[in-house]
Amino acid sequence: MRIGAPLAATVFALLLWQGVVMFTGLPRFILPGPMVVAEAWWANRAVIAENTLVTGLEVLIGLVVGSALGAATAIQLASSRTARVLVQPMLVFTQALPVFALAPILTLWFGYGLGSKVAMAVLIIYFPVTSSFFDGLMRTPEGYLDLARTMQASRRAILWQIRVPAALPSLASGLRLAAVYAPIGAVIGEWVGSSRGLGYLMLLANGRAKTDLMFAAMLTLGVLSVLLHLVVRKLTARMAGEAR
Amino acid sequence: MNAAPEIVVEGGASIDGVPLFAPLSLVLKAGEWTCLLGGSGIGKSTVLRLIAGLQTGAMFDGAIRASDGQPVAPRVAYMAQDDLLLPWADVARNVTLGARLRGEKPDADRLARLLGRVGLSEHAHKKPAELSGGQRQRAALARTLMEDKQIILLDEPFSALDARTRADMQELAVELLQGRTVLLVTHDPGEAARLGQTIAVMSHRSLDHCAVPSSSAPRLVDDIEMLETQGALLRLLRERAA
Repeated sequence: MRIGAPLAATVFALLLWQGVVMFTGLPRFILPGPMVVAEAWWANRAVIAENTLVTGLEVLIGLVVGSALGAATAIQLASSRTARVLVQPMLVFTQALPVFALAPILTLWFGYGLGSKVAMAVLIIYFPVTSSFFDGLMRTPEGYLDLARTMQASRRAILWQIRVPAALPSLASGLRLAAVYAPIGAVIGEWVGSSRGLGYLMLLANGRAKTDLMFAAMLTLGVLSVLLHLVVRKLTARMAGEAR
Repeated sequence: MNAAPEIVVEGGASIDGVPLFAPLSLVLKAGEWTCLLGGSGIGKSTVLRLIAGLQTGAMFDGAIRASDGQPVAPRVAYMAQDDLLLPWADVARNVTLGARLRGEKPDADRLARLLGRVGLSEHAHKKPAELSGGQRQRAALARTLMEDKQIILLDEPFSALDARTRADMQELAVELLQGRTVLLVTHDPGEAARLGQTIAVMSHRSLDHCAVPSSSAPRLVDDIEMLETQGALLRLLRERAA
């Protein structure tokens, strides 16, 4: 059953896809069927693998750096009122800016290669990680804090031994969101300017009317994202479950 | 442990200018159990939190002093209705929380001895979620004792337990907290009658000290004098609320 249900859903989706292609009779450069895409995927497997590695690396570095920055910011904000007053409005404002609009300038600043894509992924996940962890840190049950105060605990000890562990489930949900967002960031970065990566490959294939290859690259990206999500879910399971 | 001090609370409290309780004078006799009985919202937990040095949201106009002139707040241990066990830490780590928070090395022998006395030796490495309500409250009691403080503040710690477990816990607490100055805040006349060496009934207007049964605490659950006291306390509570 564990494998049965997703398998059934996949088969259903493929059948639906094939059905639409057959029913509408759209040409393969508009909507290729699953078999055509599978063939294109196999024929281009080396190219796809190479570009998957590039995108995967961008996403991974972005995820690690963005999560670390987000978590550190949340802890700073939670432990200092001054930081909250000065930094929080700025954080909310930057979130109101469309991150996509920043992609060109990031390419200008960080170059055509890995740097600008990592920066994009970092930017896109920084806020969700910061905000969910920060919310968790500010919602420590009052009783724990009272108890710790009667034990003559320092603010630092309360932060690290009570507030942070109590907020780990919130951090876990932020990280899970980040795992979904990070690939989006990397691909946007690639679209704006790059010569490698799955996003680049999709643009390239699209421009040459190789729609089947475009689909193959897109589905590979989808699988990469799902795998990443599953891995992060697994890694954060202890974090999310223990403090319940 | 040095001899436990007597604590005197004198003063009144108000929230945004509205009196919470009128000026009162409450004496916690050295090394004895004082039960502060009252309905909810009367400010009895506020009194306890003031002694503990915790935030109350009320303005307190008065003083809290110990008979030996030393500061009070650093010498209290606190136990609430919620066991406040950290869900991510096992029983042993919860019981030694105070030492860990202060960056001290927990006393392993003392930990083992206390876990034995509250009957949790087998459960030292279990998480709170794996324990029953009574076991959790015993772990909280062990954590309170681990602090080895002279003044113990109990904020309705037994009120969420079933009747049998509550009676067991009351006896265990009296046994283990011997020699310390204890304040028990409760809304249960039966609990006050069973455990109090001094019983004060708190209302918005006054604080009444009540007669205490002659037998020593913890009184038997079917002690006639204790049951009479329970009745008298309930009557007083209802009169004061009217």
